[in-house]
Amino acid sequence: MAAAAGVLYAVPVVDQYREVSLVSVAPNGGSREAFHINIPVDRVMTGAAGQNSSLPIGLEWPKDEVLSNVSIEIFKVRNAQNTVIGVAARALEKENDADLIDWVIHLPARGSLFVGIEPQSLEGGRRIGKLRAGSQEFDDLTGFVTERWVSDTSGGDDAPLGRIELLATYVGNSNSFEDQEAESLE
Amino acid sequence: MKYIVVLLLGLLTGVALFAVGLTYNPFVGKPALSPLAVTDSRTVMLSYSAVAADAIMYTNDGESRVDPLPEKVQQLWEAPIRQSSAMVTVLRDGRSQVAGVGVKVSSAAESTRLLKGKALLDSIWYVYLPGQGSFFVEQSENYWDYLRDIVIPAYRHSGGTWKGTWLGNITDGPETLGMARVVGGSGEFAGMEMLGVETLSVGAWRVEDGPLAAEGQLIIELPSISAEVGAEMDSFPDDN
Repeated sequence: MAAAAGVLYAVPVVDQYREVSLVSVAPNGGSREAFHINIPVDRVMTGAAGQNSSLPIGLEWPKDEVLSNVSIEIFKVRNAQNTVIGVAARALEKENDADLIDWVIHLPARGSLFVGIEPQSLEGGRRIGKLRAGSQEFDDLTGFVTERWVSDTSGGDDAPLGRIELLATYVGNSNSFEDQEAESLE
Repeated sequence: MKYIVVLLLGLLTGVALFAVGLTYNPFVGKPALSPLAVTDSRTVMLSYSAVAADAIMYTNDGESRVDPLPEKVQQLWEAPIRQSSAMVTVLRDGRSQVAGVGVKVSSAAESTRLLKGKALLDSIWYVYLPGQGSFFVEQSENYWDYLRDIVIPAYRHSGGTWKGTWLGNITDGPETLGMARVVGGSGEFAGMEMLGVETLSVGAWRVEDGPLAAEGQLIIELPSISAEVGAEMDSFPDDN
């Protein structure tokens, strides 16, 4: 009995595979991490009312009127070395003729990010949004995330159509975030 | 030779006794009653079918008990996400009307400690309720009671099936009283910090397929009006 208890105590029941976190120091403080999603290979699901073709095949989006202005996409997320490290969801909603874009990014064994993106595109086709909440490793962090569509120009036969780039800038606390935001505007 | 046989038999008996003691340890597990069952605050209650076949989309590594849906959905086979699952489902209000859509992503948690009765998943919900707004739920889920009361009896049953009525609170933190952390995104929930609990009600479970009849419920406690008024009062400057 003691041996069994010892083994159960010493050997982890769950041991998640980890890729090294590729986080760099941001120029004005904080840290920065780049994610991307190769399209179409990393797209797991696209759900929206009235779409002509469903992904995956056989997906049936509810016909209820309540969900007519919502679309949900599920993706696999890659790190800067093109390795899949997580799962993300992008929600696009229309409320009072305004678009709302939310991202949730889940990185097993590290934590999750909840980001609200402003729908207006900035220079270079970027959209920027605030990191609203994080869990585990990202629990105390604030910051912002940008999303951008980058078309593939390599012309390779196996090349993806393009990729969605997500660049997260993590800041330690809300005051630092406000400072950072002000500096980036300047 | 006989000493080796006796040693092996002793080890096996010890392991078996340990497994029985661990499973039926009365000192682990948690009460099924949700901490929000007695709250005075306004709550949002959303229910969903916890049977994967009823979801809009469900995917995992493709080798787990529950099959991905639709059949041709991409599976989460890459090493860092192999112990994860993702689900998109319709959420219903208290009158069983469609209230919105929810995305749940969960992963096996390295903080799992079977000796302490903790079989944990780290999970998040993204919930969007048209006309109301969106919010994010972060929680640890403890499936120890679920395993002990449903899964193990199903394996012991000759038909590999469990039937009954099981209701349990699966949220196990990270907030006070083992509740989930809920952060508002847009609409009415914008800027809110809330607490939540997820419960499961299971009627049938089969070894080959997992849940056959099960319903989940998300209960979110909205900040009380008195607390908001109190916060506003706190922000007023002192008279003197």
